[in-house]
Amino acid sequence: MPEIIDILNALVLMTNYVILPALTYGSQLALGALGVTLVFGILRFSNFAHGDTMAFGAMATIIVTWWLQSMGVSFGPLPTALLALPFGIAVTAIFVLLTDKVVYKHYRGIGAKPITFVMVSVGVMFIMNGLVRFIIGPGDQRFADGVRFIFKAREFKDWSGLDQGLALRSSQVITIVLAVILVAALFWFLQKTKTGKAMRAFSDNENLALLSGIDPAKIVRITWILAAVLATVAGVLYGLDKSFKPFVYFQLLLPIFAAAIVGGLGKPIGAIAGGFIVAFSEVAVTYVYKKFLIYLLPEHLEPNSLMQLLATEYKFAVSFVILVLVLLVKPTGLFKGKVV
Amino acid sequence: MSFLVGKNLSGGYGGPDILKGCNIEVDKGEVAVIVGPNGAGKSTAMKSFLGMLQMTGGTITLGDTDIINMSPQERVRQGIGFVPQTHNVFTGMTVEENLEMGAFIRDDDISGTIEEIYELFPILKQKRLQHAGELSGGQRQQVAVGRAMMTRPSVLMLDEPTAGVSPIVMDELFDRILEVKSKGVAVLMVEQNARQALEIADRGYVLVMGENRYTGTGAELLADSEVRKSFLGG
Amino acid sequence: MSLFNNPSLRPYLVFGIMAVLLTFVGVTQSWGVSLTIINMCIISAIMTLGVNIQWGYAGLFNVGIMGFCALGGAAAVLVSSQPVGEAWSAGGTGISLALLSLVGGVCFVYILHKVWGKRPLRNTVTFIAALGVYFLARHFYDPASAAIEAVDPAKTGYLGGAGLPIIFSWVIGGLFAAGAAWFIGKVTLGLRTDYLAIATLGIAEIIVALLKNEEWLTRGAKNVTGLPRPVPYEIELQQAGWFIDLVSKFNADVLSGLAGDERAAALQTLVMDASGIFVKLCYAGLFSVVLILLFVLCQLALNSPWGRMVRAIRDNETAAAAMGKDIKARHLQIFILGSAVVGIAGAMMTTLDGQFTPGTYNPLRYTFLIWVMVIVGGSGNNLGSILGGFLVWFVWIEAEPLGTWLMDVVTSGMDPASALREHLIGSAQYMRLMVMGGVLILVMRYTPGGILPEKSARK
Repeated sequence: MPEIIDILNALVLMTNYVILPALTYGSQLALGALGVTLVFGILRFSNFAHGDTMAFGAMATIIVTWWLQSMGVSFGPLPTALLALPFGIAVTAIFVLLTDKVVYKHYRGIGAKPITFVMVSVGVMFIMNGLVRFIIGPGDQRFADGVRFIFKAREFKDWSGLDQGLALRSSQVITIVLAVILVAALFWFLQKTKTGKAMRAFSDNENLALLSGIDPAKIVRITWILAAVLATVAGVLYGLDKSFKPFVYFQLLLPIFAAAIVGGLGKPIGAIAGGFIVAFSEVAVTYVYKKFLIYLLPEHLEPNSLMQLLATEYKFAVSFVILVLVLLVKPTGLFKGKVV
Repeated sequence: MSFLVGKNLSGGYGGPDILKGCNIEVDKGEVAVIVGPNGAGKSTAMKSFLGMLQMTGGTITLGDTDIINMSPQERVRQGIGFVPQTHNVFTGMTVEENLEMGAFIRDDDISGTIEEIYELFPILKQKRLQHAGELSGGQRQQVAVGRAMMTRPSVLMLDEPTAGVSPIVMDELFDRILEVKSKGVAVLMVEQNARQALEIADRGYVLVMGENRYTGTGAELLADSEVRKSFLGG
Repeated sequence: MSLFNNPSLRPYLVFGIMAVLLTFVGVTQSWGVSLTIINMCIISAIMTLGVNIQWGYAGLFNVGIMGFCALGGAAAVLVSSQPVGEAWSAGGTGISLALLSLVGGVCFVYILHKVWGKRPLRNTVTFIAALGVYFLARHFYDPASAAIEAVDPAKTGYLGGAGLPIIFSWVIGGLFAAGAAWFIGKVTLGLRTDYLAIATLGIAEIIVALLKNEEWLTRGAKNVTGLPRPVPYEIELQQAGWFIDLVSKFNADVLSGLAGDERAAALQTLVMDASGIFVKLCYAGLFSVVLILLFVLCQLALNSPWGRMVRAIRDNETAAAAMGKDIKARHLQIFILGSAVVGIAGAMMTTLDGQFTPGTYNPLRYTFLIWVMVIVGGSGNNLGSILGGFLVWFVWIEAEPLGTWLMDVVTSGMDPASALREHLIGSAQYMRLMVMGGVLILVMRYTPGGILPEKSARK
């Protein structure tokens, strides 16, 4: 039997390298997937431009952040980016609404097939992709400031007397808190307000919604604004937590779609569950368990390999496998999304 | 003159006319039923009242208002309630939310109307927090009628409300419809179950090939041997 | 304008314009450049043919072209490079065992899943069994791959290929891509059309990640260079008597005025130039044969009863299903065929490059550019797809210098040292992305049929 102290060490290790990162990443994915699922529920297509909308929103926020920083404005211990966030959201919302007016509206008018929408969204993705690189460049951008840690690994060790340190980064706390607030606000909006209910009704049964006098143009407009809010916040949080790099946001598309489909496309609650399922699987599968097992196993059983299920390079394979499994076993997802 | 009057209605879906000049009317506190063989243009006639058809001729008046050029949404505002044949509830929303959505165009307090609907359909009050998709077929139809009643329409149109429900449920539904009528609403419905529908009808229309073949009160049509032989199975 | 609007003359006209463009490059830049562009044009055209089978015939949206193309490239390595004996003895057995246990294991899990039937915990049992298979495979794989990668890592560090002529890889590459397509199609076809798009996006990322990281297989990011060619090398030509004779015969009038050393020097330059062009011509010849073959096959298929059926399915799935057509099976067939064609093109591209560099595969260039080609050329029309491949590749290549030049002109009024100007000029390359996206959207909106629309165009 391992001693209590070893178990504690193992738990701390797990919290530090799996639970906290996965919670943070899961919140970011959940926000991204919520955007995808809302657009899907109302406009009925998979928006391939969503990853690049996240990049675009983050970029807009970063530029305002830099400007604020250059003006000497700061947000105390919190990152200045949070102050810039409303501007980023506004710019993104305007851009996305413009896209709808110029591109998607036409296809709604002629009642195009969903796949046509998917395809033009690829065109939009291209443009946003180029625009982001054109404005801010393809490289890594740093914009995080404020206090980096709530407590550091060293401080935790001194405090607890354990061998293993536990660090709590402020970006992690900010991500989780902001995600909870945003999701709560979104659900309040969808469940309690007349407009929110109308959105759900529209997603549920478009013809009946029209018959009830719900204005489709308004619903579509609000959907895009919500998608812009969710995408920008998700993009900025991801950038604060890791770093901002346009290509990475394109790659996030796969885990985000996986999360939305796992939960059931068109189901907001499913998108959140899906986000955490994908994030926890991804982090848990690519984590190196060697140290963890050394704490828990008796000496003669201690592993000498890394004990890693899958190399980090293949983390996208995790999303993919989850996606394939769900499509094979339950194509409508956990929360019974839109009919296939 | 009746409250809702469609005169000489002609129109279709862009191709040849499906309605060829038929006349249908219904007054407040009346039930009018359109029956006829498959492809006779029954649902098409109803769609013409809703503004979902390309009209090539005819007039439609609601009270004193000419509504022929109004969009479906505007007609709802004018006081027409419609219950489609299928997909007529929001399955992912609760019964109460369905009723609220029915009253979407209203900006005043709707709690009174909701209570009225619950009085009319007591089962809905019991199930008001359940998703409409989880209800039985008959209960769903009640939700659908309730939703359409939320605008306090002066005309309620139902497209085959009893399609696919059991005879017992059908009887109950017709009872409810009679109650709606007793509140002074004009009820216009298309029905496949012609015999039962005509039994409660104040006016009956037998359409064939987009034209009126027989017109009369429900009782008259039921008594007419020609109608019985050709359309009611003897 | 009436000439352009005449549907039967239009192909001649647009291909004529294409030929003029390529000739213009040949005259003004050089014939070598022009031929390089032509070769890539042909490969692009083959890829577009493959994608057109999927989109134009059946309305299947494949966002993973990059992956199928990379599989073709991997096939080129696995077929043509020399086997590394040392690596095989170091880890060949281990890898074989890993592969064997993987294949056997998958079969086992599949059978278990079937046999288990309605008994409880079916999915749990299947999952645990699959996990077991994974660990078993890893047990053999881990030491073996490490051993292989340790064999002279600077030069080999991989198992090598079969040492066969590289031209065989064109078939093998097609088969590889077909295999991947079968898997994806099996899972996603029959569901919402979006799902196929998302799944192909995923599989492409994974295939490229695999090829980048599995060094024992294709050396990963360390690249495999110097793949053998199906055509002669320049250096051989330069020393071959018949080739020198040929060049001197062709340039007799230039050489006649010269003598002695001067003539020898001039001849040498001519031979050098000519050898490069000759090699490219050889490639162009080989590629053209493949393109023409595939085009003829596609045309025959499109106009056969089979082709009519798939188009009927595309235009009205419900009606086709009501007539008893097995839509899912047809779609699977089409998806596999189209992907195989892309795989062939991928192998050809690696053949042309003479090297396999997994790090260079990116979705914008290898997936979405191909899509622009299909849409611009004319989806549903094979000739249109080929035109799209030629035209868009030509523009893609020539747009970069043009874009930089344009930026230079636009910013010429600014202070040369200005940071904004520098930024704009530096970012000009990203204009291509925006232009491509814009072209895609504009064509889809205003001329959905493309330059050469489908003949029996839908109303």
